[in-house]
Amino acid sequence: MTEKVLSRGTVVIDVDACKGCDLCIDACPPRVLIMTTREVNSRGYRYPLLMAGCTGCRACSQICPDFVFQVYRYDTPIEMEVR
Amino acid sequence: MTRRLLEGSEAIAEAMIVAGCRFFAGYPMTPFTEVLEHMADKLPAVGGVCMNAESELEAVGMAWGAAATGTLAATGSTGQGLSLMQESLAEMTLARLPLVVLNMARAQGDYFQATRGGGHGDYRHLVLAPMDVVEAVRLTQVAFHLAARWRNPVLVFGDYYLAHTAQSVEVEALPLEDLPASDWALDGSSGGSGQAKLVSPLGSAKQRDRVGYDLAQHYQECVVATAEMVAGVTPMAETGFTDGAEVVVVAFGTPGRYVRAAVGQLRAEAVPVGFVRPISLFPFPSAVVAAAAESARAVAVYENNQGQMIDDVRLAVLGRAPVHFIGGLSLDSSGFGIAPDLDVNVIRGRIQRVVAESEGPR
Amino acid sequence: MKRVEGLVVVPTDRAPTEPARLVDDFTPSLIEVGGHHLCPGCGEPIAMRSAVEAIEELGLIQRTIAVFGIGCYTAFSNNLDVEVLQALHGRAPSLATGVKRAKPETFVFTVQGDGDMVNEGLQEVIHAAARGERITCVMLNNGVFGETGGHLTATTVLGQRTKNTLDGRTAEAHGHPIRLSNLLAQLDGTAYVARGAVNNAGNVARTKKMLIRAFETQMAGAGFSFVEILTMCPTGWFVETQTAPSYLADNLAAVHSPGILKDVRA
Repeated sequence: MTEKVLSRGTVVIDVDACKGCDLCIDACPPRVLIMTTREVNSRGYRYPLLMAGCTGCRACSQICPDFVFQVYRYDTPIEMEVR
Repeated sequence: MTRRLLEGSEAIAEAMIVAGCRFFAGYPMTPFTEVLEHMADKLPAVGGVCMNAESELEAVGMAWGAAATGTLAATGSTGQGLSLMQESLAEMTLARLPLVVLNMARAQGDYFQATRGGGHGDYRHLVLAPMDVVEAVRLTQVAFHLAARWRNPVLVFGDYYLAHTAQSVEVEALPLEDLPASDWALDGSSGGSGQAKLVSPLGSAKQRDRVGYDLAQHYQECVVATAEMVAGVTPMAETGFTDGAEVVVVAFGTPGRYVRAAVGQLRAEAVPVGFVRPISLFPFPSAVVAAAAESARAVAVYENNQGQMIDDVRLAVLGRAPVHFIGGLSLDSSGFGIAPDLDVNVIRGRIQRVVAESEGPR
Repeated sequence: MKRVEGLVVVPTDRAPTEPARLVDDFTPSLIEVGGHHLCPGCGEPIAMRSAVEAIEELGLIQRTIAVFGIGCYTAFSNNLDVEVLQALHGRAPSLATGVKRAKPETFVFTVQGDGDMVNEGLQEVIHAAARGERITCVMLNNGVFGETGGHLTATTVLGQRTKNTLDGRTAEAHGHPIRLSNLLAQLDGTAYVARGAVNNAGNVARTKKMLIRAFETQMAGAGFSFVEILTMCPTGWFVETQTAPSYLADNLAAVHSPGILKDVRA
């Protein structure tokens, strides 16, 4: 069974800019960012993945010290799968 | 053309203003204090700013900030206050900023501080040493010109006598060539252009061009700029009676006048002596000193310290003749360098002793 | 959607194809390259972002001269598209004074760390504030000298371990921290004093408002304005990057309390 949630926004992640600091994970109010566990970027750092449910609130881009995020808000919220 | 009786401090202040100085910052300390008083009085009237800084450290900092905007700026103190400024003076040189610094010194023990620089690293400042108020009015203006021309601090080495002696002077603008445009100066306007300016002792390289500062490269560029400055500034000196002089006396600043007078008197008595008075202490007029020493039996150095300029004289003379120190620490109990031994007769006597000791075969 | 490490994730490698509007770009336009060598989890770039965004929003780009002190944040001195004057450790306020007095129409602010401002340069900032210089001083306070590796400063809190207080700062051996914002708020020359933090998104937004208000204070000619920003330094604090925000809240913010301490125009 596929569960669906509404995403109001999304992000573009500059994976290679990330230094794996994890600040975005706790900063995200709907908690839709999760760090990779084994995948690493070209510099050896883990980086964030985005799950469904982003609200485009910009908390991640504002808290990120390495300017990893570009944040978009959809004109119309989009239904997305969770599982 | 109005000649007025002005004490050195006031004449120097007016000379700074006539040179275009519009920012001054200072902290009171004898015998520099009156320059600050006069600048505080006169500078606002011409639209300039005079800051009473909370210490010498902040005075040079404020002058640094003003200089970075392309405003002609100056500061000053006496030797001890200049000691506090040394880090900033060294770094401002690396930032390639023009600045005029006055040392209204107590005696002449700051020669090393002035010419070697009391700060860290490889840097040189141009140093000019007026002997009286008239020369100070001229050299102060030259200092601003050289500072702007070479983007380098220039030190004017004065003293208590200069500060407090009144002389009849005209303070008129010197006909110096136009200063180069200061297109490096900050005013905010290049912001957002992709080429926003940077004034820094660490360099001018931006991260968009390559990552981080390359201090080694920047220091190399400063070395080249220093060499160009040294090559481009003709050393200044006054000489007298050096033809056929068997003993040449070297002195700078106020004592230079006394030595000049002593040498003049001795020559009138057919004693074959001459003098060299360095006016630029850096670059030192080595060639002038060397030429004067060429056929001399001895060189004598008079300065109010334990012997500092004598090092540069020895380097210039380079063994052509023995070099004798006939100066000494100031005997003034206040420590302000108003030496009781600044006395033409005393100096005559010391010169004559050197003449007597150097007689006989070379 | 796609699967990565067993999770269903949204593709984040390109802009969305569905109609959407960009609400936050990677790097603020006034920061010239996004990449820097500051530590993972460092709070200073977050504060720099807020500062340059404030400059842009207030339309000050072509009037700004930023005066930088010496610390980790000096990495931004040659990485901004506004004019920058580099000062020595502690000495930015006097340089900023010279700039503003010589060119009163410019917008002048300093960027200094706690070690720079409260240790080396305490005299400078206090006098600039007392004189009511129309400049804005910004202190990035992480309670350590970061650039030298994480050493005690005048703002380090009691109990805080640093490289030269490995058993924790004690009042007896090392004295008490200085709450600079509180000191400055008492001076008649200061018109605006605020203390913010960047340890969570809400605080980042609040801090940016403080910066905007401080900058407006300068433009209104009301006097000296000051914003202290508590930043994370996981390296200097010997903590993991994800723990640093709560370390800041529990330790630094408990002593250096965030808030608006003075606003004469309020």
